Amino acid sequence: MINVNILEISHVSKSFGSNKVIKDLCFTVPEHSVFGFVGQNGAGKTTTMKMALGLLRADSGEILVNNEKVCFGENAANRFIGYLPDVPEFYSFMTPAEYLQMCGQIAGMNREDAKEKSWQLLELVGLGSVKKRIRGFSRGMRQRLGIAQALMNSPKLLICDEPTSALDPVGRKEILDILHSVKEHTTVLFSTHILSDVERICDRIAFLHEGSIALNGTLDEIRGVRRSERIEIEFFRSEDAQRFSGLYEGCIQTEAAKVVISPGGRGMASVMEMLLQNNISVQRLEQLEPTLEDLFLEVVQN
Amino acid sequence: MKQFAAFTKKEILEQLRTGRLLILIIIFCLFGIMNPVIAKMTPWMMEMMSEQLAESGMAITTVDVDALTSWVQFFKNMPMALIVFLILFSGIFTTEYQKGTLINVVTKGLKRWKIFVSKESVMMIIWTLGCLTCYGITFGYNAYFWDNSVVHNVFFSAVCFYLFGLWLISVLGLASVFCNSAGSVMLALGAAFGASYLLGLFPAVKEYVPSYLLQAPNLLTGNVDVGDYLWSVLILLALIVMQSIFSVVVFNKKNL
Repeated sequence: MINVNILEISHVSKSFGSNKVIKDLCFTVPEHSVFGFVGQNGAGKTTTMKMALGLLRADSGEILVNNEKVCFGENAANRFIGYLPDVPEFYSFMTPAEYLQMCGQIAGMNREDAKEKSWQLLELVGLGSVKKRIRGFSRGMRQRLGIAQALMNSPKLLICDEPTSALDPVGRKEILDILHSVKEHTTVLFSTHILSDVERICDRIAFLHEGSIALNGTLDEIRGVRRSERIEIEFFRSEDAQRFSGLYEGCIQTEAAKVVISPGGRGMASVMEMLLQNNISVQRLEQLEPTLEDLFLEVVQN
Repeated sequence: MKQFAAFTKKEILEQLRTGRLLILIIIFCLFGIMNPVIAKMTPWMMEMMSEQLAESGMAITTVDVDALTSWVQFFKNMPMALIVFLILFSGIFTTEYQKGTLINVVTKGLKRWKIFVSKESVMMIIWTLGCLTCYGITFGYNAYFWDNSVVHNVFFSAVCFYLFGLWLISVLGLASVFCNSAGSVMLALGAAFGASYLLGLFPAVKEYVPSYLLQAPNLLTGNVDVGDYLWSVLILLALIVMQSIFSVVVFNKKNL
């Protein structure tokens, strides 16, 4: 299967006054992936997304959505995109069904199709039985309606700007489940700073730091790049842990029967050799995987 | 067309459900009724006040009222209706910028010019219907109480005021593509009216500025020629077209 990129951002820069927010940004989002766009507050995530939608003018560089160039202002490439802003706002005097039907007709659907699709999507996001006007909606309900309106035009690319940030754990789970469920039909690009959300549903991520990509790839690739050399050993008895700490240089005892070592160039084999020579049996021996949080902090602090 | 119809339907629904349309219907009907009522009540009010006025040395003779009195009242009240109309619609664009509600529809592929034309059309249609209502009510009562035929060029004078309202609506649209708050839109409207009024003070250009049409009620007595207002009408129509085109060009590149 040919791997087609639904979104290509190449050498894009953007400044607000003297503040350079995006610096020579390059990355691509392949089709049918859930792409996590991770960064601190103020890293430039929303700016990047708004440029992809033609809502902000890029100072330089090029953005392609489904191989069509994005233009500032009147942007034809928007027909491929569904967008969920960080705080979605709707016409509060309308009911959710009326709002979605309007969105459908704006996206070019006829009245009947728009009606049918809007009911399907309201069911999908759990608002099927809600008849009241949008004015009385909670934040979670607005977010769900936001996803429904973003999916109304059956977009090839769904861009969500921090869809889970302001929600409680139940609301977050529901939104993530919805995003995961639409993966088959559309590519999802979502920005966040909640790393557990990324680990839960993303298959690719990019870390944005100070306006450029610090790390980019699949979850496994990213973990591989920064594969930790640390090894954790759990012993049956605490005496063994103490004994081993005395034998192996650079060994830190973290718990009574647990040690963490950084073997440096010596590798896992040297640890096993030492254990064998001294006849120490272990319950568990594990090469430690860096968590996304470790990676994120490493990126941010460097 | 589907896009335009869907967005326009939303605009009309908004005017209905926010109560804006109801307020305007009440105002236009009220002003329509007030014009003949005030004219009808003038002799009675004068009589009531005659004693006081007599004490201060003024003698009141019989006051004659006819359709002209009522129509003069019509042209005095309509500017009030226009001001209320403009205040009610001053946020028609800016509220959407502030809330970010246009972002959803623009990212759905709605052409920006359709947003602009839809909003401006809805305002102009409501203004047209309002003017017709007010004019119709006043005309009906005047015909019932008096005789409309003593008044000259009343329809043309009313059309002149109606066109002046259309010009200010198109200024509202133009101001809204530059300004981000309803307050600044109102200021811009005030500035546009002020500029037209000041230009009107220069004899060389006074017949060409939009605010010259506000003097159209002079036609009611039949002493002034309709042709005097022709240039002003043509220039105003050209201004509306040019302002609208310019607004769309700017709106296409506006940060929403």
